[in-house]
Amino acid sequence: MTPNLYLWLIPVLPLAGAAINGFFGRSFSKKTISAVALFFPGIAFLYALDIAAMFSSSAAPYFCELAPWIRAGAFHADFAFYLDQLSLVMLLVVTGVGFLIHIYSVGYMADDDGYYRFMSYLNLFMFFMLTLILAKNYLLMFIGWEGVGLASYLLIGFWFIKDSAASAGKKAFIVNRIGDFGFLIALFLLIKHFGTLDFTKLFEQIAAQPVEAAGIGTLTSIGLLLMVGAAGKSAQIPLYVWLPDAMEGPTPVSALIHAATMVTAGVYMVARSHAIFERAPGALTVVAIVGTLTALFAATIGICQTDIKKVLAYSTVSQLGYMFMACGVAAFSAGIFHLMTHAFFKGLLFLAAGSVIHGVGGEQDMRKMGGLRQYMPVTFATMGIATLAIAGIPGLAGFFSKDEILWKAYSSPYGSWIYWLIGVVTAFITSFYMFRLMYMTFAGDYRGATASAAHAHGDRSHGHGHGEPHESPWVMLGPLVVLAILSVFGGWIGVGGRFEHFLAPVFQSAPAADTVGETASSGVEHLLMAVSIVAAGLGWILAWLLYSRLPKLPGVIAEAFGSLYRAVANKYYIDELYAVLFVKPVVDGSSAILWKGVDQGIIDAIVNNAADAARHTSDNLRHMQSGNLRSYAGWVAAGGAVVIAYMIWMGVR
Amino acid sequence: MTSVTAIPLPYYLILSGILFVCGVLGFLIKRNIITIFMSIELMLNGVNLSFVAFAAHWHVLSGQVFVFFVMVVAAAEAAVGLAIIIAVYRTRETLNVDQVNLLKL
Amino acid sequence: MLHLALFAFFGIICVAGAINLLVQRHPINSALSLVVVMASLAAEYLLLGAEFVAAIQVIVYAGAIMVLFIFTIMLLNAGEEERTKGSRVAILLGVPGVVIGAVLVAWVLIHHSNTQSVTIGALLGDPKSIARLLFSDFLLPFEVTSVLILIAIMGAVVLASRPGAVARPQTTPAAAKEENEGPQLVAAGRERR
Repeated sequence: MTPNLYLWLIPVLPLAGAAINGFFGRSFSKKTISAVALFFPGIAFLYALDIAAMFSSSAAPYFCELAPWIRAGAFHADFAFYLDQLSLVMLLVVTGVGFLIHIYSVGYMADDDGYYRFMSYLNLFMFFMLTLILAKNYLLMFIGWEGVGLASYLLIGFWFIKDSAASAGKKAFIVNRIGDFGFLIALFLLIKHFGTLDFTKLFEQIAAQPVEAAGIGTLTSIGLLLMVGAAGKSAQIPLYVWLPDAMEGPTPVSALIHAATMVTAGVYMVARSHAIFERAPGALTVVAIVGTLTALFAATIGICQTDIKKVLAYSTVSQLGYMFMACGVAAFSAGIFHLMTHAFFKGLLFLAAGSVIHGVGGEQDMRKMGGLRQYMPVTFATMGIATLAIAGIPGLAGFFSKDEILWKAYSSPYGSWIYWLIGVVTAFITSFYMFRLMYMTFAGDYRGATASAAHAHGDRSHGHGHGEPHESPWVMLGPLVVLAILSVFGGWIGVGGRFEHFLAPVFQSAPAADTVGETASSGVEHLLMAVSIVAAGLGWILAWLLYSRLPKLPGVIAEAFGSLYRAVANKYYIDELYAVLFVKPVVDGSSAILWKGVDQGIIDAIVNNAADAARHTSDNLRHMQSGNLRSYAGWVAAGGAVVIAYMIWMGVR
Repeated sequence: MTSVTAIPLPYYLILSGILFVCGVLGFLIKRNIITIFMSIELMLNGVNLSFVAFAAHWHVLSGQVFVFFVMVVAAAEAAVGLAIIIAVYRTRETLNVDQVNLLKL
Repeated sequence: MLHLALFAFFGIICVAGAINLLVQRHPINSALSLVVVMASLAAEYLLLGAEFVAAIQVIVYAGAIMVLFIFTIMLLNAGEEERTKGSRVAILLGVPGVVIGAVLVAWVLIHHSNTQSVTIGALLGDPKSIARLLFSDFLLPFEVTSVLILIAIMGAVVLASRPGAVARPQTTPAAAKEENEGPQLVAAGRERR
């Protein structure tokens, strides 16, 4: 049908890099490891660019059938890859941003002992993520889904000697698993009702289905379960708790996995399943509500955090909420657009934060930073650009995508002004905490420790103790600059609806009644745009006031709001709540039932009692061997009587 | 010549059985090794009686020949057994079978 | 009729002798009652027409084997039996076992045997017939038993001899020393009594 694009090469190349580094990297020099680790994703990225150049909308979608996999009766699932506009966008984002972050890691992780392991895991992650994106059926996508969860676990717990890192890795994997459970049930339902998981065949069948009325029908339940899976992977309420803990991993990991790519897998999956969601309005509403609430909730937590990476983590959760809000009002292309711009500026924010942490010798607490502007000008500039972008300042990438979402939230047939209002409030809060971060980190005077104390703490690989904060090497600054450029100009793709138009062939299977788009006029659109700009500006001004002009004021406000402040600063005690509600019962129940009851009580008991029984039996049988002649004679006589009795009985019968 | 009379075979067998049971009981109850040995001889005698009775019953002479062999073996066994008892007496200085209990581990 | 009376008479003597063997405490008394049992058994054999067997019962069994027993009792100076703690198993398991076995066999004999009576004198076990059988059909067992007796003789001699007094040429002092052990042993036995 199409020219053979060898799509399978794109995931497999990073896999080769992971294998080489993983098996042989221990004996390679740092240069060799870096070369291998950069070469394969680099080739994948170049190939992706090549495909993009050759890409022609008229010939989409492209297939690449690699090999048969499962043939179970009427059910087929094969190793097959699929390329259409949506996957192309994701592909470019993942390979591009991923490659930049690989380059960054060469500088960031240079001092680490496990350097080869890190690079191997990064490449492994790329393989799984690309499999997820390019898969042609849900089952292969699920492999990538699980695989990125695995890579996330390996990378979060990269410094596994630290207990907190190992626990964070476990937490991420387990919470992901809960989401995966929902995803799996959705797959089972799909197989049961439609007999296939292949995208083309499945969506053909679904396109013939009518829109479900409210209530739990098949499509609604599938959609809800898919949303559970997406909530786990993309850190939405109630499964977002792993993402702030995941900041225990090295900063490039946070940038790549927990900002740009892995957490967006949920959004991609929902966008890919748009046909299901469009025919299940109940599920769509749930998606929108969850996304909106998450956006607001996480943003409020972000304003009180003091760790620079935690602020960014909650910001990521909040922005993901925006993407789900977009998907929830059936504005899938807006969600993907925000996904793309978010990858740029959030990736940049994390990398720059990593540069800051590297520069101050491992310190992550913003209260001990400040005035870094003169020490790290490039970092400051790039991070500033990213902050402007995320706040939605006009002209930069974030403005276009966020505005698109807010507009669609208001105007879409599934949307409502409530979504829009909460979205604007969240934008205000977002702007506030991002500029708070900027002022605390870069403005004012340096509040950090001196040379001797800087030795002691922080990231394992950053015990330089250089005394003064310093700028990072160019291998780390290069990607920052590239991402800054993308953050500025990346949004211009979406102006005038070009992006939406590009993705239109993918999302065109909406039921006929809903192809009517905006109903409101463009005047309203401009008004709403102005409101969101004002909200962003207000956030900036408030942050400037509180953290630059009147630095004592935040402390006073915190005192005044006492318990409320503490609740927000402690993340609303959600982790503690989960520990009491879920973790403790499971652990205690498992300890009581499975450990004491089954393992000790049944299995150990069987083994021990068998041994005891053998011992008692032999203890008792021992008395037969007494050495006493007469007792032997007694036994013989008794045995003889038994034999005689038996023979008589046989004879008489 | 008196008239031929017949004694029922079971009578002989019961007598033989009584002798045998007495021999076994003696083996179990008595404490002197030599007495135990004599109980064994008693058992053998009981068995001999049943052999001869059956030989007469079936009119086959092999039964009596077998008794002959049993006696020979009993003689040999008695000789060797008593020699062993003497040897045991030399080492253990007792004829009480309960004190010859080195048979256990 | 007479034969039945004879059978009963000698049978009662047998049983009495057997019970006496159990009851007596001194082994010499048990040995003498065993002789009585054997003698009456010889009479029973005669009633069954087994002359040869009766003869050798008296000559070999009662005359040689029992004499051997009595010599041993006298050599070892066996005394009356002491009361020692015996084996519980022997009494608890063995006696009931024996009794049960005997009862079972007796029951079978009485209820299920339909054998005829044994005619007295119908089969004559005279030496000539037995010899004929012994040297034709049972030649091999005959020869083997003769070897068996030879082995028994050798074994008895070796086992019962004093340690070191057999086969090995001894130096004079050692031999002289060991020759004293026998009477000492006997004296020790007498003292203990």
